[in-house]
Amino acid sequence: MWIDSENDMLTEKYSEEILKILAKYPADQKRSAVMALLFLAQRETGYVTRPVMGEIAEITGTLITDVASIVGFYSLFYDEPGGKYRIQVCTDVSCAMRGAEAFVEELCENLGIGVGETTEDGLVTVEKVMCLAGCDKAPLFQVQTGEGLEYHENQTVEKTLDLIHRWRRNR
Amino acid sequence: MSPYLLLRHRDIPDIDKLEVYCQQGGFIGFKKAVVSMQPEQVTEVVKASGLRGRGGAGFPTGLKWAFMDNNAWPHYVTANADESEPGTFKDREIMEYNPFQFLEGVAIASYAVGANVAYIYLRGEFWQIARQLDWRIAEMKEAGYLGEKIFGTDYALEIYTHLGAGAYICGEETALLESIEGKLGQPRLRPPFPPVYGLYGKPTVVNNVETLTNLPLILERGAEWFRSYGTEKSPGVKIFSLSGCVNRPGNYELPLGTPFRQLIYEHGGGIRDGHAIKAIMPAGASSALIIADEKALDTPMDYENVPSLGAQLGSASVIVIDDSISIDWLIKKTVHFFCHESCGKCTPCREGTFWMKHLTERIHAGQAAWEDVQLLYDVASQMKTKCLCALGEFSIEAVMTGIDRFKDDFIERVGTEQTNIRIDANSKE
Amino acid sequence: MTKQVTLSIDGKVVSVPEGTLIVNAAKKAGIDIPVFCYHPKMEPVGMCRMCLVEIGRPLIDRATGELVREADGSPKIQFSPKLETACTTPVSEGMVVLGASEKAKAGREDILEFLLTSHPLDCPVCDKGGECPLQNLTMGFGPGQSRYLYDEKMHLAKQVPLGELIFLDRERCIQCGRCVRFQSEIVGDNVIGFYQRGRALEIISYSEPGFDSFFSGNTTDICPVGALTTTDFRFGARPWELNAAASICSHCPVGCNITINVRREAVSDGKWVVKRIMPRQNEAVNEIWICDKGRFAHHYTASPERLSTPLVRKDGKLIEAGWDEALDLAAGRFRDAGNDLLTLASGRLSNEDLFNLYHLTSSIGGKAILYSHMGGGDLTAQVGVGMGTNFADMGRETAIIIIASDLEEEAPIWYLRVKLAAQRGAQLIVINPRQTKLDRYAHRVLRYAYGKESAIILAMINAISAKKLAQTENMGKYVRNADIKQTARMIAEAENTVVLFGSEGLGLEGSQSLAQACANLLLVTGHIERANNGLIGVWPRANDQGAWDVGFRPAADLKKAMQSAKALYIAAADPAGDFPDLAETADFMVVQDLFLTATARLADVVFPAQSFTERQGSFTSGERRVQRFYPAVPSLDDCLPDFTISARVAKRMGIDQEEIHAGKVMDRIAASYPHYREISYTKLSQVNEQWPIVGRNDLYYGGTTYENSQGLGMQLLPGLQPALSELPPYDVGMPEGKLWAVPINRLYDRGQTMLPSKLLHQRIPHPYIVINSDEAEKLGIIEGDTVEMILEGVSSLVTANLDNGVPQGILLVPRSMGIPIAAPTSVTVKNVDKLLA
Ligand SMILES: Cc1cc2nc3c(=O)[nH]c(=O)nc-3n(C[C@H](O)[C@H](O)[C@H](O)COP(=O)(O)O)c2cc1C
Ligand code: SF4
Ligand code: FES
Repeated sequence: MWIDSENDMLTEKYSEEILKILAKYPADQKRSAVMALLFLAQRETGYVTRPVMGEIAEITGTLITDVASIVGFYSLFYDEPGGKYRIQVCTDVSCAMRGAEAFVEELCENLGIGVGETTEDGLVTVEKVMCLAGCDKAPLFQVQTGEGLEYHENQTVEKTLDLIHRWRRNR
Repeated sequence: MSPYLLLRHRDIPDIDKLEVYCQQGGFIGFKKAVVSMQPEQVTEVVKASGLRGRGGAGFPTGLKWAFMDNNAWPHYVTANADESEPGTFKDREIMEYNPFQFLEGVAIASYAVGANVAYIYLRGEFWQIARQLDWRIAEMKEAGYLGEKIFGTDYALEIYTHLGAGAYICGEETALLESIEGKLGQPRLRPPFPPVYGLYGKPTVVNNVETLTNLPLILERGAEWFRSYGTEKSPGVKIFSLSGCVNRPGNYELPLGTPFRQLIYEHGGGIRDGHAIKAIMPAGASSALIIADEKALDTPMDYENVPSLGAQLGSASVIVIDDSISIDWLIKKTVHFFCHESCGKCTPCREGTFWMKHLTERIHAGQAAWEDVQLLYDVASQMKTKCLCALGEFSIEAVMTGIDRFKDDFIERVGTEQTNIRIDANSKE
Repeated sequence: MTKQVTLSIDGKVVSVPEGTLIVNAAKKAGIDIPVFCYHPKMEPVGMCRMCLVEIGRPLIDRATGELVREADGSPKIQFSPKLETACTTPVSEGMVVLGASEKAKAGREDILEFLLTSHPLDCPVCDKGGECPLQNLTMGFGPGQSRYLYDEKMHLAKQVPLGELIFLDRERCIQCGRCVRFQSEIVGDNVIGFYQRGRALEIISYSEPGFDSFFSGNTTDICPVGALTTTDFRFGARPWELNAAASICSHCPVGCNITINVRREAVSDGKWVVKRIMPRQNEAVNEIWICDKGRFAHHYTASPERLSTPLVRKDGKLIEAGWDEALDLAAGRFRDAGNDLLTLASGRLSNEDLFNLYHLTSSIGGKAILYSHMGGGDLTAQVGVGMGTNFADMGRETAIIIIASDLEEEAPIWYLRVKLAAQRGAQLIVINPRQTKLDRYAHRVLRYAYGKESAIILAMINAISAKKLAQTENMGKYVRNADIKQTARMIAEAENTVVLFGSEGLGLEGSQSLAQACANLLLVTGHIERANNGLIGVWPRANDQGAWDVGFRPAADLKKAMQSAKALYIAAADPAGDFPDLAETADFMVVQDLFLTATARLADVVFPAQSFTERQGSFTSGERRVQRFYPAVPSLDDCLPDFTISARVAKRMGIDQEEIHAGKVMDRIAASYPHYREISYTKLSQVNEQWPIVGRNDLYYGGTTYENSQGLGMQLLPGLQPALSELPPYDVGMPEGKLWAVPINRLYDRGQTMLPSKLLHQRIPHPYIVINSDEAEKLGIIEGDTVEMILEGVSSLVTANLDNGVPQGILLVPRSMGIPIAAPTSVTVKNVDKLLA
């Protein structure tokens, strides 16, 4: 009923970027910015909280349920925390024919977690995902962090573990 | 001159730099269009070139543009860079390494249909690519190829990127538009088609990245030149994304009409580990399964000949399957994909893919009887032609052709075939 | 006229307007094509695929453009190889639709089988069982047995509260999206949505409170399965155990047609009990919807607090008495009072009650006063909307003006229909002192300062009319305002105009003046006496218009009127409860009510009245449509209908009144009042076929809304034209520097008819005020503080809500919230939280 003006975490921090995002779309189509704002929100914690959904709704002139629906529909948005680095390995048809499934199993075994789980230190979550458009460079994965997305192609378990080591050290 | 028309970066180093691209004839086509041609003339040239959409449906590009409703404004162009079909990875290479040719293509299409704003819809996973494109768009603007008064004319254009967030269905053109509007990526009813009712309800052209990347050279060198590649009905070159059990997977730019054999054996280096080829999926996971016999291998890969094998060329994502792979496993994978990606809007796809997933899993695990194979076939045929969009229809292609054409793989998995149960296309008690 | 198209459906030849969808054409022809996602009130989406049919079209020779003919000369029909959805395909000339062919039936069976793979077979414990489209269609078309392995079924949460009023059973949901589309397309509040995708799709609500909408209950009617149920009815009864009675909602002036479902049950000691309120179709009034207050706030009728016998004061105490004793006492004292009798009644009563009360009072020269803060009912009778007025028919050619009203809160179904009209192109002009939700759909939004509502309308009149009406100095800025001038021109040029005026920020004097201003505007622009033209009052109660029509008038100074009376006869009103300063009574006071109200506690005689669920009667809606309601449950103990009580009092005073048949009272009304001359109970109960067709045996089409078989009511003719009044524009002097409390109206208030419905308690706020944020800062008040407000000497503790939309110097104070406010008043506030700290 009365707008709750407490929630302006995003606006406070990223006001310039928000304006840039909104500028892409016609003035009466702010709703188009919802997805971009959700990516922005995930920069902080890797997932979207309810108050932030409320804030995005306000910025885009929608309602919080609209925003929640978007979070639910699209697989790159999360409403729960995961590891700082989400390693998302493609195990779809083509990659599976090039050893992607064995790669995931072995990687997880080395990390002492199951697929879909997060390492104890909260650093890494390993997930199986659908085709990433890199079928000729399997095994491959993308890493989703607050910063964005990054591809790692032609992987071996050793290479990947090395990468994870580097992340650990840089923490 | 580079032997490549699309993957020109492969022999022109640094073509992803604006000045190099310009030295290589960049923006000649766009300039020619804007400065010396009416928008309709551009459309005519593209019609004459016979260019067909590279996103899957193979629809004539110029004809699509001609459907734009000129009674409603503004017009929009959206580039479909969702590229999520398993086995497809061509648009990505273009955008990463030959980005300006693609962007010039977007600009040409925009001019031709009178759009002053174009959006590039990239799958969320292409986050890096979107960032790079943003920089390149800014460079183009700086150089006067975008913005107001382009080439001193009254034409103005802005190009923006828009990121998806992990949903294959957003490659379907109307779901893509919904997604740009900030809604769930669920397909709309058609008709009306996007050229009449598109983004924000306005006339919109949706074209695939590869389709658009063809445009600069067509404008620069002419329709006739373009027609010198490929076949009469499928002119031009095509990027074939080759993956699966081959020695050298990757993108291969070849004239349309090149036979499968040439792609798989000459370019792809043949089947790996000394195995024999068993099946081909010419259009990614959405594809029917082709028995890879001699006839199939000699079939030209183009829009008119692939259908003779009971399949479609689609996006030309050729997945090669060798004899180490059981087809029941393969369809379990494809069905899993479609079940995961079904948007849920229509009943047959939402429920059918879910049901097929159970069945394929049980069959592959050896926990099924022939009855289940029959049931799987029935469920698939029950979905056929009833879905709201093509995703649901795609999902049954591999299942039905797999069971029809590779029955032995299933018999092996479930034990004996009960011959009293039929399999035919319309089977249903 | 739109072109007619002729086609054949299952062998039956039908002609329908061009553009009609096949499903609807079939429906009109009496052929059922089953649907789940399609709903005739919403845009087709073609999601569920249940309506698949075979469609053939006449073959046309490409070369000649001529029809290709068969040997016998009939056009050759070409069938499309695929089944097509009847819900998305418009008819075309010569089309041949096969809905009952083997192929179509097989397609339907396929879809049903798909839907059932995920659906639990819990019909025996499902609230929808017995009126469930999926159940019915499965029996009709479904496969006999499942080929799906039971242990592969998805098992999902079965009791998910979307809010405290509506529950979701995730297993039962078939993802047809009707509920989500209802909320976004029809209501315009996306407070529920889909989450996830594919088979995992589920309905969610993230609003605070959950499913935050006044219209949530309607989703349970249109849900084609038992996925959405109301907290009020779920697990309460099975549909086939219920009896149904036609009624009219008694909460607001819209007059929604409802059906009261009742059953006799052991848990209630064998009594008849109201189990639920359902919408009943009246396309001219509420279509097929009702608001949640109408649906859920019925529990007061069965409250254990209800009065059940007459009471008479003896030795200072009210004690139970027999009817004769009580009636004799009242009649005697009324006769003695003569023209010093004051009858105070509210628009909660029916026309018949009000007529008898008025007749009794006027027969002995007494005064009949309407208990209301809102004036203008005489004007709505004179320039009220023309016969045939229907919001559903309004489009581009009509201007709709809303002034001084937060329509969503005051008349939710009007809000809905006005919104839809605006979306169809009607020129909606919202004129309010603050932002309201309807602004979103308005073509023009005008603002004025509280107290200047009639000034703004007069400024419009003066902008377009040759005859200038009196202006005050204060109006100057409105007169010069270009927006106002343009708006005035828009209205003058519109083919039709309706004005809905309310009482936001206004007391009696202000609203009367506003009504006069609006009437003048309609007169000078010629928007009277025709359908979709005229004045509508957004009254605080359901039958205020009826009360005005029979002669009741509000009093400018109620306190004085009450003080000067020798005897008071108060029906359906609680002045002492609402305004402590009205607690002083006359020598003798009779109260007739459902409850022992604060006023009743002070009375000498108390008559127990029947609730509207127990009796017959009629209400006159704000659109001046007279509508009948019927008894649904037997009377509570010794209660009587209000009109019977007053007839019995009257009889003892030697005045003849009808006491038994409400219909005969209506005959007397018809004989006494020219506007009502055409009205009779027989005519009120007539129906004609409505579109869309609902009810019957195909609940999948329109939902469980009841078909109307008991009467669509009749709209009254407007009366004589009043002359333009020179009434000076009302202008409350609200000098600056002071704080002014102005009343606003809310749907969920703390009124007597609301509070007994416990399930709505979470939605009823505590007494509160709304104050401008800067103003609050000056006063050291922050959001949520408890403040003491002193209003006309009465102190109330209220919660402070801050809002920048409220003008400086103004406090919004909701009515019927336990704070005594009738008209703008100056107040002082103190921060109690601060004092305590
Ligand atoms: C489920 C589905 C997914 C699709 N995915 C893509 C895609 O990722 N990229 C694409 O260009 N076209 C995709 N398409 C095809 C588009 O709907 C559309 O036909 C195409 O973008 C048109 O461009 P074109 O004419 O240039 O080929 C998809 C279609 C469907 C039904
Ligand atoms: S076929 Fe149906 S459920 Fe599947 S993606 Fe298309 S619309 Fe959605
Ligand atoms: S698809 Fe026609 S009713 Fe659902």
